[in-house]
Amino acid sequence: MLNKNIYLILIISLVFAISFWIGFNVNLLPAEASINAPIYDELFKILFIIGLIIFIGMTIAVIYSLFKFRKRNDQIGDGIALEGNLSLEIVWTIIPSIIVLLIGLYSYNIYDRMGGMKELNHNHKMMSSNTEKIWAGISQTSDKEIAINNLSIEVSAMQFAFLFNYPKGNFISGELHVPVDQKVSMKMESKDVIHAFWVPEFRIKQDIIPGQPTILNFTPTKVGKYPIICAELCGPYHGGMRASIIVEEESDYNEWFNKNKKPEVNL
Amino acid sequence: MTISIDPQKTNNKSLQPKGWLRYFSFSLDHKVIGIQYLVCGFLFYLIGGTLASAIRIELASPMSDFMPRDVYNQVLTLHGTIMIFLWIVPVVNGAFGNYLIPFYVGARDMAFPRLNAVAFWLIPPSGLMLVASYFVEGAAQAGWTAYPPLSITTPQSGQIIWILSVLLLGGSSIFGGINFIATIIKLRRPGLKLMQLPMYCWAMLGTSLLVVLSTPVLAGTLILLSFDIVANTGFFNPVLGGNVVVYQHLFWFYSHPAVYIMVLPAFGLVSEILPVHARKPLFGYTTMVFSIMGIVVLGLVVWAHHMFTSGTPPWMRLFFTIATAFIAVPTGIKFFNWVATLWGGKISINSAMLFSCGFIINFVFGGITGVALAQVPFDIHVHDTYFVVAHFHYIVYGGTVFIIFSSIYHWFPKVTGKLFNEKLGISHFIITFIGFNLCFAPQHWLGLNGMPRRVAEYDPQFQFVNQISSLGALLMAISTIPFLINVFLSLRNGKDAGDNPWNALTPEWLTSSPPPVENWEGEAPLVEEPYGYGKEIFEQK
Repeated sequence: MLNKNIYLILIISLVFAISFWIGFNVNLLPAEASINAPIYDELFKILFIIGLIIFIGMTIAVIYSLFKFRKRNDQIGDGIALEGNLSLEIVWTIIPSIIVLLIGLYSYNIYDRMGGMKELNHNHKMMSSNTEKIWAGISQTSDKEIAINNLSIEVSAMQFAFLFNYPKGNFISGELHVPVDQKVSMKMESKDVIHAFWVPEFRIKQDIIPGQPTILNFTPTKVGKYPIICAELCGPYHGGMRASIIVEEESDYNEWFNKNKKPEVNL
Repeated sequence: MTISIDPQKTNNKSLQPKGWLRYFSFSLDHKVIGIQYLVCGFLFYLIGGTLASAIRIELASPMSDFMPRDVYNQVLTLHGTIMIFLWIVPVVNGAFGNYLIPFYVGARDMAFPRLNAVAFWLIPPSGLMLVASYFVEGAAQAGWTAYPPLSITTPQSGQIIWILSVLLLGGSSIFGGINFIATIIKLRRPGLKLMQLPMYCWAMLGTSLLVVLSTPVLAGTLILLSFDIVANTGFFNPVLGGNVVVYQHLFWFYSHPAVYIMVLPAFGLVSEILPVHARKPLFGYTTMVFSIMGIVVLGLVVWAHHMFTSGTPPWMRLFFTIATAFIAVPTGIKFFNWVATLWGGKISINSAMLFSCGFIINFVFGGITGVALAQVPFDIHVHDTYFVVAHFHYIVYGGTVFIIFSSIYHWFPKVTGKLFNEKLGISHFIITFIGFNLCFAPQHWLGLNGMPRRVAEYDPQFQFVNQISSLGALLMAISTIPFLINVFLSLRNGKDAGDNPWNALTPEWLTSSPPPVENWEGEAPLVEEPYGYGKEIFEQK
């Protein structure tokens, strides 16, 4: 009996060790280029490790049973008439419940850190009335912060392109240029069908809905060019509906902005 | 009070065609209807599989070069719709439910044999209509989810035929659900208690409750959508003041339970198969029953986890995260119980057992990615990507389709009285298992790294991994060959199986194979312990 327990403990620790090793050494995610990304990757790593432990454990249990308890040719009759084991069943109800609850609380914490739980009655200066209802999105910043330090961009999506309106400069661009390490606040609306704004390196996604503006805030942290991908089936050219986001140093961004800026029209 | 069926009064089965012709007739025999469901479903599986192969051929290269882009969208829409509504739902519910439930409750037929036949005969015309819509003006191309406004703005005829076809299939499903509930509750043999029923009855009771509660919502939603398309109403059309997110709520109110409509019967079937081939009682019968009912209740309140990136307020995201993640608990209990059923058994390693064990491994994997997807912050990155595609194929293919094959191997001797070829069965399993994992495991990585779903073209950096996936799909296509050869050879020259080749204790094996028209020559046996392996009752035999 003692021997058996030692083997069991050995196998369980081995499963844990392998899972942790894989979890910490195998990277399945693209580059991290926004404040959200490292937070997301932290959650991913933990879910990955827990998932590996359960998956490897269950697979070993199934394969071991198939070998160990397979019917030999000379055997007749049945296995043991074991119909259940209440304490065991209670254990494997309670432990998964606790794990699931902890994961839920932890992911709530992650979501909060991403800004998902912030109030969204976000008041864009350039936009229409305050009563307009805006749904959803991730808001990393409070309204006040945006009012002080805002780069507000209006995104319109249509079959099969994104257009980025910079209200301050009074121009529209097909490429999204943003300065690094600055909060960006986008209000998005679709002209026709549902689209989605996804930047894998930022770990953010938000549907762009006709008749219902959505907002998305993010802070890029790494200079570079990243793809903007439409993730919601929007028609035949859905796969080709892509744009680029160019994260650049503030001076480069200002240069680009001033080049494109149109003079204010005074009536 | 129980109702007994008088064979003379209910139907004139003696007047119905004999031999293979009866499978083309409006038969009222639950066994004939079950086989009709199975064969019809399998033919649609071959069509859906051909469409899947077309998708994988298109995705073997990053450019959209195999078929026109709008045809690609039609192909993916038809693939999803056919596989769900014409293969998995009719087969795990209709085929096995019709064949097995009357045996399990000790009845001579289903409660409403004519309704049963109607439910089946709705399927071939609506399926053919769906496939034929391609030749009208092109099939529907808004995905099986048919989100407006895309479904309103794409060519109308295809979308309307799609709606009609899904409505008919939904109706068939509701008829079946009502029939199963009535049969399980009212037609039980006198003396048979609910807690003595084989687990598949409980699974079908839970599933049928979900069908009856949620399918009418889908039907209503699709009728409103068809008004928006043909009559210019504005329920979901934003141009006329409609709200597109409302459609998503209504759609997923059915379509998330639909996942359980596809997997709960599989949970029931595997609970029948494992004890027989492991020669052990099903571990934890009572907890299994409660976890099925727990899944039914929770399954109805988790739909908005499909909408974390649509317009949903934060509190809603949080509620649906917790509710969804908690489904893992009753589901987990079932998996632990199955492994405990294997533990200490005398396991015959045969095709049915291997497919069931493949199911456990694949489904655990899909369940783990499911718990991850339930977490809002996790989902926001991978929603609508190949990660999700990989996840649900692990559930519906790696899970349910593996169990369909396992069940076919398990009940083939019952239905035909012939044994099949184990070597071909095991090679079918090996090719399917390798092909399936090769096809779908790499797709998790694709989704995490930036490949959205439902695209005909993609970033060239993903080409190599997509080609691995396509190779897996090729193996999956090849794997049907040994299966089909096996079925035809065994039907022709299979060895005589005897009445009960597995020495099983569930009631369907306690009659001849194939069974007579009214199931038993005499009185239906009272099976109080369908899983009494290792006990005296078995050793006496």
